[in-house]
Amino acid sequence: MIHADGVHKFFGDLHVLKGVDLTVERGEVCVLLGPSGSGKSTLLRCINELEQISAGRMWVDGELMGMREVVKGDQVQLHRRTDKDLSRQRAKIGMVFQRFNLFPHMTALDNVMEAPIQVLGLRKRDARQRALDLMERVGLSDRTDHYPGQLSGGQQQRVAIARALAMDPQLMLFDEPTSALDPELVGEVLGVMKELATSGMTMVVVTHEVGFAREVADQVVFMDDGEIVERGTAAEVIDNPAQRRTKDFFAKVL
Amino acid sequence: MSSPTTSHPELLRPRPVPRPGNWVAAAIVLVLVAMLVNGLLTNPNYRWDVVGQYLFDERVLRGVVWTLLLTVAAMALGITLAVATAIMRMSANPVLQGVAWVYIWFFRGTPVYTQLVFWGLISVLYPRLSLGIPFGPEFFVFDTQDVINATVAAILGLGLNEGAYLSEIVRSGLNSIDKGQWEASTALGMKRSTTLRRIIIPQAMRVIVPPTGNETISMLKTTSLVVAVPFTLELTFVTQAIGNQTFLPVPLLIVAAIYYLVITSILMVGQHRLERYYGRGFDGNDVTPTKKGVGKRQQAILASGTAKGAPYLDVTP
Repeated sequence: MIHADGVHKFFGDLHVLKGVDLTVERGEVCVLLGPSGSGKSTLLRCINELEQISAGRMWVDGELMGMREVVKGDQVQLHRRTDKDLSRQRAKIGMVFQRFNLFPHMTALDNVMEAPIQVLGLRKRDARQRALDLMERVGLSDRTDHYPGQLSGGQQQRVAIARALAMDPQLMLFDEPTSALDPELVGEVLGVMKELATSGMTMVVVTHEVGFAREVADQVVFMDDGEIVERGTAAEVIDNPAQRRTKDFFAKVL
Repeated sequence: MSSPTTSHPELLRPRPVPRPGNWVAAAIVLVLVAMLVNGLLTNPNYRWDVVGQYLFDERVLRGVVWTLLLTVAAMALGITLAVATAIMRMSANPVLQGVAWVYIWFFRGTPVYTQLVFWGLISVLYPRLSLGIPFGPEFFVFDTQDVINATVAAILGLGLNEGAYLSEIVRSGLNSIDKGQWEASTALGMKRSTTLRRIIIPQAMRVIVPPTGNETISMLKTTSLVVAVPFTLELTFVTQAIGNQTFLPVPLLIVAAIYYLVITSILMVGQHRLERYYGRGFDGNDVTPTKKGVGKRQQAILASGTAKGAPYLDVTP
């Protein structure tokens, strides 16, 4: 589903990703762990081209993200994709943000209906039905007419998940989805994410919730200083790390 | 929360702190207002009888209608230009950016009076307007006088000038929206134009509407400058003309002032309603968008919720 091949990212002189290779299979749940500033979020944002990679290749669903290869004689040139083409690629990838980023001027239901109508061209009636089903799935059938400002953080994040799912994505990206929540609200969001993982959704999750990684991750990736230090099952990486940096990190957080 | 077993407590009713200052201030203001009203009503130089005579004069009423028409038309043109140029300045296309910048630079940088004189003289400067290829064939030819009469010149002059000011207001509104809103829309696969139309502009309206209401009120009175075109049907010119004919300028100034005040009051009510409408969904405390280009201190002030509304440019010409 995702294949990152030697991905580098610079912000000016700052080298944020230093040659990252990552493969996530269809239906797999991949959890990215690591200290702040290790490049986890940047890597996630490179997957749906919210950030443009500086070197390497990022493949999603068999397509190069943000660029296409054009064969000219015996040479392969890279051409940037048009905005329209990029939108088509992004529409297949759902994303959930740390700060929710719900549209504050729309009700919860309208938040979920907006992109299917504007991007997929769904009729209002169909989009509404889809949105109502998703609101039920995230346990918020009684909050459809509330504005985001009237919802708790946990409820907002569940609406945000429903909004991303409304596009019927093939892949879901989660950027620290519980970091902005009060501790007692973390569980309800993780619950929805676990249900999603069980249903077979391909997911990449940046988080500090080690328990969540243990429970649902097929692949745990530990990053530090822009590199992938260690990868494997939760049992291998979290409970039995081979590398010094991984050991130090989990010694601190566990 | 009181449980059923506990009786309802007796509510506290402490006496408020005495504020004698309020009463003293009220007394002083009352005396001053009485003096002012007395001075206005008993001073024979105001000629209230003449004010009453001309308040509903047909020429004056027509002047009011023309003033309103000019205000509405110029603001409509101004808002259209402002939205277009604000979006152009944010565009990825450097040519569009440059065009918008030069437009704002020129029309904000020259007096509106000068611009109105220019539009009045345009048929002298360019007797003929033609549509065609430069140095090549012409397809349509107009007499400038037929296309740009005094009314059109007045609306163009006021509208083009206003557009430059409003453009900055619109731009500051668009920039005030949290970039997370752009990211969420982009990640959902929405196009730039869709994002602007459905997500960014509706939110930015909250920042844009109050200063635009201010600009509309300002425009109402700027219309009195169209004598520069010369356009001679609006309220200020008409009342002045009558005042000069009758050698009674003061009562007619009062007539004009009354109408400006009445229309401004009506506009203020409309502005208040618009603000309430665009405040939808923003009442929650945790929905404070981070404002770009605002210092940490000001951000803290905004986050505290003590200063409602947004930091907009006060750009009345």
